[in-house]
Amino acid sequence: MSILIDENTIAICQGFTGSQATMHCEQAIAYGTNLVGGVTPGKSGQVHLDRPVFDSVKEAVEITDANTSLIFVPAKFCMDSINEALDAGIKLIIVITEGIPTLDMISIKIKADNLGSIIIGPNCPGLITPGSCKLGIMPADIHQSGKIGIVSRSGTLTYEAVDQVTKAGFGQSTCVGIGGDPIPGSSFIDILKLFQEDEQTEAIVMVGEIGGTAEEEAATFIKSNITKPIVAYIAGASAPAGKRMGHAGAIISGGKGTADEKFKALESAGVKTVRSLTDIGKTILSSLES
Amino acid sequence: MNLHEYQAKTLFKEYDIPTTNFVVVDSHDDVENKVQQLKTNKWVAKAQVHAGGRGKAGGVKVLDSIEEIETFVKYWIGKNLITYQTDEIGQPVSTILVEECTNIIKELYLGIVIDRSSQSIVVMASPDGGVDIEAIAENSPERIFKVPIDLIAGPKREDALFLAKGLALSDEQVEQFVKIFNNLIQLFIDKDLALVEINPLIIDESKKLKCLDGKINVDSNALYRQQDILKMRDTSQEEERELKASEWDLNYIALDGNIGCMVNGAGLAMGTMDIIKSSGGLPANFLDVGGSVNKESVSEAFKIILSDKKVKAILINIFGGIVKCDVVAEGIIKAVEEVGVNIPVIVRLKGNNSEKAQILLETSSLNIISESDLSKAALKAVELSR
Repeated sequence: MSILIDENTIAICQGFTGSQATMHCEQAIAYGTNLVGGVTPGKSGQVHLDRPVFDSVKEAVEITDANTSLIFVPAKFCMDSINEALDAGIKLIIVITEGIPTLDMISIKIKADNLGSIIIGPNCPGLITPGSCKLGIMPADIHQSGKIGIVSRSGTLTYEAVDQVTKAGFGQSTCVGIGGDPIPGSSFIDILKLFQEDEQTEAIVMVGEIGGTAEEEAATFIKSNITKPIVAYIAGASAPAGKRMGHAGAIISGGKGTADEKFKALESAGVKTVRSLTDIGKTILSSLES
Repeated sequence: MNLHEYQAKTLFKEYDIPTTNFVVVDSHDDVENKVQQLKTNKWVAKAQVHAGGRGKAGGVKVLDSIEEIETFVKYWIGKNLITYQTDEIGQPVSTILVEECTNIIKELYLGIVIDRSSQSIVVMASPDGGVDIEAIAENSPERIFKVPIDLIAGPKREDALFLAKGLALSDEQVEQFVKIFNNLIQLFIDKDLALVEINPLIIDESKKLKCLDGKINVDSNALYRQQDILKMRDTSQEEERELKASEWDLNYIALDGNIGCMVNGAGLAMGTMDIIKSSGGLPANFLDVGGSVNKESVSEAFKIILSDKKVKAILINIFGGIVKCDVVAEGIIKAVEEVGVNIPVIVRLKGNNSEKAQILLETSSLNIISESDLSKAALKAVELSR
């Protein structure tokens, strides 16, 4: 198996006819993803990428039985789109969009939790279960189906990790980008829990970065709940305090959120950490061999 | 986005949150006229910059006459204020707040932050105001009282009362505090703030609560719907290169080292800086060119890096996903041709169209060093920056 998405996923895309969405949906379909249509208000009845376009998520769900939505809607309108997906009963919502106001995310997260829906992102590269389902913006060709689960706050760093894991002779069960915002829909803990329960996943790569305490909270969780080997890298050991390093959530403030604290917390939870991102592949190899 | 103290206090007044009476001046000619609006014979003049520690740096002064205020204003306008929170150049002073001097009986702390762990907004209060909240958190965390606010249900009176108790307020002050508490939360939500700090919130000689300082940070993601706040942006407080980069949708942060970096993706950009550092070098900047780069923005990024005269070598690290490596290569070639580069450029391109990019760079006759292994590329950059 894998986590979150597989061949049983029935996906739609919100913001389907936009240029980014079109490019990435085209790739997803070519990859074999069961992407059955999309939503662009006002374009109902049109056909895009050989698939139907609907006016609303509700209509799309009624006709296609979709259970997953991939969102490319611009930040200004994204809150409404997530709301619409939640109201239509979508259980997995993947938000690629960057720039959603933090207070909006706080409210929408409360609603999603109450409805039992999972949000991945925002400001993330999405999800891929190699060989069966790709819902995101990652380059497909570096992936290979296998036994390593990958969870990361960064897009391109995820690709680096994937590439190294593939070159080390392993593939990936599922790769999850949880995104670089201060309030992510899903946390490291949410995803680690799923990897622990997943039979296909034998080891986990976790890529964190400076800012917040998500890695420290994950470390506490790992200590008593995760038995599978984990290799972790934290980006930003050389970052100065008080500066937002690209991602809205990547900032050391009030002396909190440093890479050092995160490395220490993870190490004390028995996680194998690497200080250089180029060491991820060989470390996962050695931790599976030992 | 940060606001000045006078902008924060203007918002406080708008939300009926008690603060000092003040005027804002930007020239000493203005002083007499404006200051007469204040009913006092003792004033506090405060240089307006986006940095803390102004008092110790001489940017805040208690003054007894209009002449003294004029002298203060004349001295500071157009100068840079250097505090422990700024760099060695300091922040330019273009406005000065002059307020009625308040007799302080007690200094308290009140703030609202976005708490990432509890995924809510949290109001914090401490009876130990006037000092750095981080210092209180470090030395006496039990002196900081916190309540999370349910954004859907709204603020609760019992939460305000809990904080008021922590602040050891009198009955009369408790009612004042409840009002400040509710109004400050309303301000936070209405204006999409990321942080508000009142340090100190004071008790004056008439036993009333009053905001003596105000620090506000606004969620940049929400500026599209906060046009009135966006008008308050003071770009003179922002680093020149960072400002230039933001015009091109590039994320650039100036650092102290001498190896310029250009990377796609914030995480990979940090990771690249980390490798430079562990290889014995120091990065000159953080630069994420983002996912929607084109030839022009790459070229602009290159020029911004080169405008930093400390830079002795440039390391470019691109993992093409959405970004096509050949587009980046074209941008590099364009920039090198336009501005001319006489320092080493080390390029590591991987992923989408990297082979095409490689050919472009090799046939460009420019002095560009290609290295597909990131560790080796970083070592090379460090070696050539010496």
